[in-house]
Amino acid sequence: MRTADLVTASFLMVLGGVVVFDAVGLGIGWGTDGPKSGFFPFSLGVLMIAACAVIVMQAARRAAARPFVTRAQLGPVLKVLWPAVALVALTQWLGLYVAAAFYTGFYMRWIGRHSWLAVLAVAILFPLATFFVFEKWFLVPMPKGPLEAWLGQ
Amino acid sequence: MGIENLFLGFQIAISPYNLFVAVIGITLGTIIGVLPGLGGANGVAILLPLTFTMPPTSAIILLTSLYWGALFGGAITSILFNIPGEPWSVATTFDGYPLARQGMGGQALTAAFTSSFVGALFSIVLITFFAPLLAEIALKFGPPEFFAIQLLTFSSFVGLGGGNPLKSLVSILLGFILAAVGLDIVTGQLRMTFGFVDLMKGFDFIVAVIGLFGVGEILLSVEEGLSFKGVRTGMNLKVVFDTWRILPRYARTFVRGSFIGFWMGFKPGGATPASFMSYAFAKRFSRNPERFGKGELEGVVAPETAAHAAGVAAMLPMLTLGIPGSPTAAVMLGGLIIWGLQPGPLLFKEKPDFVWGLIASMYTGNVIGVLMVLAFVPFFAAILRIPFAILTPVIVVVCAVGSYAVHNSMIDIWYMVIFGVVGYVFKKLDYPLAPLVLALVLGDLAENALRQSLIMSQGSLAIFVTRPIAGVISAVAVLFFVLPVLTPWWRRLRGVPAIPRATREI
Repeated sequence: MRTADLVTASFLMVLGGVVVFDAVGLGIGWGTDGPKSGFFPFSLGVLMIAACAVIVMQAARRAAARPFVTRAQLGPVLKVLWPAVALVALTQWLGLYVAAAFYTGFYMRWIGRHSWLAVLAVAILFPLATFFVFEKWFLVPMPKGPLEAWLGQ
Repeated sequence: MGIENLFLGFQIAISPYNLFVAVIGITLGTIIGVLPGLGGANGVAILLPLTFTMPPTSAIILLTSLYWGALFGGAITSILFNIPGEPWSVATTFDGYPLARQGMGGQALTAAFTSSFVGALFSIVLITFFAPLLAEIALKFGPPEFFAIQLLTFSSFVGLGGGNPLKSLVSILLGFILAAVGLDIVTGQLRMTFGFVDLMKGFDFIVAVIGLFGVGEILLSVEEGLSFKGVRTGMNLKVVFDTWRILPRYARTFVRGSFIGFWMGFKPGGATPASFMSYAFAKRFSRNPERFGKGELEGVVAPETAAHAAGVAAMLPMLTLGIPGSPTAAVMLGGLIIWGLQPGPLLFKEKPDFVWGLIASMYTGNVIGVLMVLAFVPFFAAILRIPFAILTPVIVVVCAVGSYAVHNSMIDIWYMVIFGVVGYVFKKLDYPLAPLVLALVLGDLAENALRQSLIMSQGSLAIFVTRPIAGVISAVAVLFFVLPVLTPWWRRLRGVPAIPRATREI
């Protein structure tokens, strides 16, 4: 927990530094018609660096009590995270509906060990339902891929 | 003033279309409240893009109904599954889950829904009378007053939120920084884009909410394993009426919970401390405090009443001042801006049909809500019996759809995943997420208020102290900011050992 605290606060401190750097470039003083663009971000960045510095000091003085995440906890977390990342990556290539079908099907088979019949049913019906609700009913277009192009959608 | 406006509001709220919208909102909201990883804030965020084409009044009725539904749904998961869907449901699990395990789940749920309804109704009545008065006062406010109020909003997270005040501050700063990314509308300059075209659009709060509260919440909840476990419950009309016969015994708890809830709730981040405080008071004044935590009905009544009174009270500053009291209210505020309405006191003058339609819909929405959840608990509880391996991908896909729909941009789905990881890490390290979201929503408004104030004063910060109303508000805000420093010092001075705070706002 202590290491994670230190890393996070340090990272945010660097972020604060980046903000200050950008703000100085824009000008932090008084312009012709009021404060310049960098005025507000500059104050935010400076405060951020100061607050994170204190958090780092607090964390450094504390003993490392429990780990940020145990091995047993990390497993299931990653089993949710990386398929979600894969879904987004696939959406870029195949469009949301096809990616959702692959993702749902894979997840049901891999984690849930559902029968192939159930996998196929959900993996086809769920994206189809999503398509009709969003694309047809609410007229919100989703990213599409080769399959939709082939179907002429 | 009040009554005829409310009458006008009811005419809008009980039109068939708006009643239909309310029923849809409550149904979806309850489902969202029951589903792990989806709560009021991100449920509203996901649905927001779908309301762009609706009339604003119906759109806000849909979203507020969704919010009521999510509040009710949170009680179902707390009692039957011991999963607090929202931080303010934590206190409900203390007695709700033991009751459910003793086969009294039906009674606990009836008590929870009824308490929610009573608490909500109490706050709505107060809003009906106070909102116009507060808006009237707020009409006299200028930019310095508004900036002072924003300062007060964020200072109360630091001073009253519990947990590490510095981490609350960092969350607020991060929200403001993310809000500043992109085009500066005042000077037309690009800020913090570093030449990346994708950063020019900035970060949308809807995407942040879906990632932080949705994806982050799922990641956190699966740490204990890839499944959800729950207790079955029998729920029928007989149980409901039998419980209603017992409930008047807790009249004092209802009243106390409502007052605590409203008082804490119109300040930001108040719902969670309100629920814990109400629970603690009920236990202290109870004749049998030893039964609390083992399945005491009063232990469900107290936090639920306060949490819902607070949840509704959070709408008061959003409507009258344009300052949201909770992340969900913040998302709704963002919605107002997208629908082309200017949040703040002028809304009462310029769009009375919108404001009063919304207030009236709070009455109708909560009445419809409590009846619906009482009738359909088995149906809603069955949602959590859908296997984990189906539920999780469905939730993730819905989150992705919601993120993409905001701007039809692929990068937003990536941001959602990144915000999900950030949400997971922040929650584990006790960085509160609510102030981050509020800051992200209010960023531009706060900065503009600050700039206009400084232009008025030719760059002198004294303007926040010398104007009477702004001065008082700023003083309270500064007090809240230094409260975490003062409190331990004050305790030591009086010889009282420092008490670690049990309640923390997430």
